[in-house]
Amino acid sequence: MSFKHKHLLGIQALSVSDILTIFETAESFLEISAREVKKVPTLRGKTIVNLFFELSTRTRSSFELAAKRLSADIINFGKQTSSVSKGESLKDTVLNLEAMNTDAIIVRHSDAGAPHFISTFCRSHIINAGDGAHEHPTQALLDAFTIKQEKAKFKNLKVVIVGDILHSRVARSNIFLLSKMGAKVVCVGPPAFLPIEFQQFGTQIDYNLDRAIEGADVIMMLRIQLERQQKNSFPSIREYRNIYGLTEERFRKAKKDAIIMHPGPINRGVEISSDLADSLKSMILKQVENGVAVRMAILYLLLGGKDRETSD
Amino acid sequence: MNEKIKARVMDSRKIKRVLDRITTEIIERNRDLKNLVIIGIRTRGIYIGKRISKLIKNAENIDIPVGVLDITLYRDDFSELEAQHMVKKTEIDFSVTDKDVLLVDDVLFTGRTIRAAMDSLIDLGRPKTIQLLVLIDRGHRELPIRADYVGKHLPTSRREIVHVKLKEIDDKDEVLITEPSSLK
Repeated sequence: MSFKHKHLLGIQALSVSDILTIFETAESFLEISAREVKKVPTLRGKTIVNLFFELSTRTRSSFELAAKRLSADIINFGKQTSSVSKGESLKDTVLNLEAMNTDAIIVRHSDAGAPHFISTFCRSHIINAGDGAHEHPTQALLDAFTIKQEKAKFKNLKVVIVGDILHSRVARSNIFLLSKMGAKVVCVGPPAFLPIEFQQFGTQIDYNLDRAIEGADVIMMLRIQLERQQKNSFPSIREYRNIYGLTEERFRKAKKDAIIMHPGPINRGVEISSDLADSLKSMILKQVENGVAVRMAILYLLLGGKDRETSD
Repeated sequence: MNEKIKARVMDSRKIKRVLDRITTEIIERNRDLKNLVIIGIRTRGIYIGKRISKLIKNAENIDIPVGVLDITLYRDDFSELEAQHMVKKTEIDFSVTDKDVLLVDDVLFTGRTIRAAMDSLIDLGRPKTIQLLVLIDRGHRELPIRADYVGKHLPTSRREIVHVKLKEIDDKDEVLITEPSSLK
């Protein structure tokens, strides 16, 4: 067993073999969620904190279930329910939580680099659950795990990621991960959301979805993040849908066995048609199901074994 | 780490004879064989379990299902291990509730693996009974656990290592006692 990381801050620090270890472990954890008693005693006595400075239903509850199915104790902290609203600094908040002997802290923050900053002064394992427009490693891992289940391998798969690439941490983590595993990633979106600099990550860039979707194995739609939009960055939702929305007609240009993914929450009828979102080609709910197993695997691999001092 | 072979205690003929004898004991003890299920503990328990199932089939023409149990998540030394053990799949595609479960492992040592296996089984359902079969009982129990069927009692020192090899995954059938030579 070779998983030697103390924290999970981003995909970039992981090797291909680390990623495969996470997948293999997650594969074994899928079965636990299908049992009548959905719980194993593995992380009994460990204390985990969900520290979410941004709203989240899926990721937060997915981590909470993952921790509970491994018998860890988990508490939830949000911006509203903590003293952050009274002006406490991030560092003080974390130090106070850690003074209660936490073993792991799962962080979501609107600033890129916040989990990394926390890991510099914290004893606990830090897991990045999304930091600004930087990374969302567990989402990328569960996406890739789902792709692996459906397609068996990554080599030469054509994965098209569509939407607001610039503001999307999901897109960044997926680009890093899928390129690392040998897939061919094509990013598609309006020029304002798709700076040419993304080419340095080894991806192709295309502003035309009808062209890019041809021969695609996986189509990953991103949510239009209305809360992160500057005013005037795209003309109208209707125009966006006409040019970059996934419709049945467009989907027919992809490979016959292509699958559709979306990190959620979806805007039905904007980036994806409602019928496609509910179709058999859609992996959206599968992704959510796999998310719990992948997060169990990550908690197990980080918290298992003696404390490691290796930093990353 | 180098290991010195101290003794070769069983070969394939002896292993076969012992499994034949245990099969007879199982058939004798379990009047309702149709209620019996076998659960092999990863890794070598699986293959011993499958052999027993085949032997019962030959003798009584009854199919005994064999499941696979991975006990990694139930270990009690989880936080003392240097690195995590790789979790493998538990594959039991039948219900264990109200069944007579025959738990199978290669070597019985401290008893902690069996404790973990029983906890794991009980999370999967409520067996009517649990019986334990081991190929080798090497002593040094740390928990009040004993086997119902034992291939061979093998008095050992704690330093010694018992290797069970099975031709399904190793090159041949044999049981060896070795000792780490680097510690000398």
